[in-house]
Amino acid sequence: MAWTRKILRVDLSSGACKSEPLNMEWAQQYLGQRGLATKYFISEVDPKVDPLSAANKLIMTTGPLTGTPASTGGRYSVVTKGALTGAIACSNSGGYFGAELKFAGWDMIIFEGKSAKPVYLAIENDKAELKDAAHLWGKTVWQTEEIIKKSHQDPQTRVCSIGRAGENGVMYACIVNDLHRAAGRSGVGTVMGSKNLKAVAVRGTQGVSILKDAKAFMSAATAAKKVLADNAVTGQGLPTYGTQVLMNVINEMGALPTRNHRDSQFEDARKISAEAMVEKRPSDGKSHLVTNNACFGCTIACGRISRIDETHFSVVNKPEYWGASGGLEYEAAWALGAANGVGDLEALQYANLICNEDGFDPISFGATVGAAMELYEMGILTEKQIGMAAPFGSAKALCELAQMTARGEGFGKELGLGSARLCEKYGKPELSMGVKKQEFPAYDSRGIQGMGLAYATSNRGACHLRGYTVASEVLGIPVKTDPLVTEGKADLVKAFQDATAVFDSAGVCVFTTFAWTLADLQPQLDAACEGDWTMEKLAVVGERIWNMERQFNNAAGFTAKDDDLPPRLKTEPVKTGPAKGLVSGIDKMLPEYYQARGWDANGVPGKETLKRLGL
Amino acid sequence: MQKSLHIDANKCTGCLQCEMACSYENYGVFNIAKSRIKIFSFEHIGRKVPYTCTQCAEAWCMNACPVDAIRVDAGTGAKIVNEAICVGCKVCTIACPFGTVNYVAETGKVQKCDLCGGDPACASACPTGAITYVDADWTGLDKMRAWAGKTDSATRASA
Repeated sequence: MAWTRKILRVDLSSGACKSEPLNMEWAQQYLGQRGLATKYFISEVDPKVDPLSAANKLIMTTGPLTGTPASTGGRYSVVTKGALTGAIACSNSGGYFGAELKFAGWDMIIFEGKSAKPVYLAIENDKAELKDAAHLWGKTVWQTEEIIKKSHQDPQTRVCSIGRAGENGVMYACIVNDLHRAAGRSGVGTVMGSKNLKAVAVRGTQGVSILKDAKAFMSAATAAKKVLADNAVTGQGLPTYGTQVLMNVINEMGALPTRNHRDSQFEDARKISAEAMVEKRPSDGKSHLVTNNACFGCTIACGRISRIDETHFSVVNKPEYWGASGGLEYEAAWALGAANGVGDLEALQYANLICNEDGFDPISFGATVGAAMELYEMGILTEKQIGMAAPFGSAKALCELAQMTARGEGFGKELGLGSARLCEKYGKPELSMGVKKQEFPAYDSRGIQGMGLAYATSNRGACHLRGYTVASEVLGIPVKTDPLVTEGKADLVKAFQDATAVFDSAGVCVFTTFAWTLADLQPQLDAACEGDWTMEKLAVVGERIWNMERQFNNAAGFTAKDDDLPPRLKTEPVKTGPAKGLVSGIDKMLPEYYQARGWDANGVPGKETLKRLGL
Repeated sequence: MQKSLHIDANKCTGCLQCEMACSYENYGVFNIAKSRIKIFSFEHIGRKVPYTCTQCAEAWCMNACPVDAIRVDAGTGAKIVNEAICVGCKVCTIACPFGTVNYVAETGKVQKCDLCGGDPACASACPTGAITYVDADWTGLDKMRAWAGKTDSATRASA
């Protein structure tokens, strides 16, 4: 069935693992994955909880389409109170881990309490037990995965784990699965580390069966796959160039934040773009890109597998990094590159490998380095404090700082705080480029106005994946809107946020929405899931999830003041390109957005809104 | 025309749609653990390779079976396990040089690819054309065409 109807509850304090029936009434209201796990989370956890205390919980969750042949149906999410943000966190990952968890017979795992010593959870179908992880503590993600597969004598085991970053309290640590896919943002790996939980290893051989109407599901899934294949973005752009296809496009729009958002166009954008990744290198005659790569069930295959230049200074004596590995994806290439003014593709890939290997978010890390480089150029941080010269554009500093952050050494410890805490510490809080302590991704709010509103109102802090209006403002999906104006963006952002909440709760990838609308997802869900899943019901589910998350954040202490952008984006106009002269119109858009949402001037959902949504 | 499965590993992205299609076709469940085709990922070189039974003409598995449970399907040429006869002795799994016949503990029988009666579900499900079902006598046709296209025609072009 679409849901396995079983939850695994793991009490890390006592070591008990027990099975519980899934609340099917909630499943009808919140669908699965992001929505359903968040419902569980807020029902069980005090919003004021310290994210790194034993009282915080961490949920790993699949969706009803996870483990089915619906295209991209292999996603899983991690829901917790984010270490970086203190807001509701929901980080989504592909690879194969999510489907394997479903095949083992579990809709979700709820981790509670804190283990006295390092442990990992081993699941084989119905059987689940916590095992000693003393031998894994201090190991990287890649080592952990290898050691577990060897000791289980089962190469088909799937593993998610934290690296040294999660152990060392890097505030934006990830949980990495299948070597280079990650539940990346908001510090979900930091929470996992705080619980002394190193990894989850799962082997599932039960599969997914008894969908509501398997025949109808197969025909809906096949039709939806054709929509992806026939679409220019999902059928050609993403498989050929990956998400990196955006680097030159966004730069030409003048919306590629550069040097900590001082600039909005990067002179070396081409050198770190998808186009550069397929060119032959002079050093070895090979291209950076080796092949594209799919996650479980994905018929798009946007993932990149690359091989670093063996002669590059970062790896010249390190053959362990010479093999093919994951990256670069657009967000990481931007954060490690343009955000720091570094135009050295190989250096970006090296820093990206370190992020994957030791489990930390390249977006937050790269943007934090950008903030540190600005502090350095202002003379607030010195060469002595950082341990090296760190001007904008220094590939060498980027690579060394990545290593130091992974290992928790020297100034790496401070970079591990994230840009908000770092800039606060050095008396320049306004230089942190983010919202709710989470760093911006790769789109400038001044050149793509809707994204500014999406960042400011994202429930997990600045994020492109909660309402990707770039699709509309840049690519014209589903309709073209003008990126330079604020008019209509409140409704646009709301529509993207609500629809995305449904996709994130279904078990599929948000990248399908370049081609799919809810009308393509709905027949698949309706055929797979018990109950009546109409378009109208799904629209309400999406809005309900959004408001539920908002209520949690409000109860956690967030207010309308936190739905704001850094002063730089509101006062320093774009210097070059099509958006020249513009600042963000966030102050105009925000009240419109609250109104569109049925919230009061303080961003609190009104009684009528809550009643309409059944909250 | 006899057809056979044809694998072009360079086109495989590792999505496992073939494995889900195989298990659904044969067992009515989406369960890659029951798939008769497997995708192998060689992480350090970035290569994914689909692998399944090639339906040998002189099939070792068939010759080794002591109870004649493996027979040739006249229509497709597939070597098919008759579960009613199979005694689960596993001799075929030892005989097969490629490892594509495997024991299933749950049923006590062996399983292998049977070409789905002439319409292989894996090939239909593959989104990239890495797995195709083509004329058995011309599995090299696409490769020949690709090389033919690269043949140097400089002399003619300059003429």
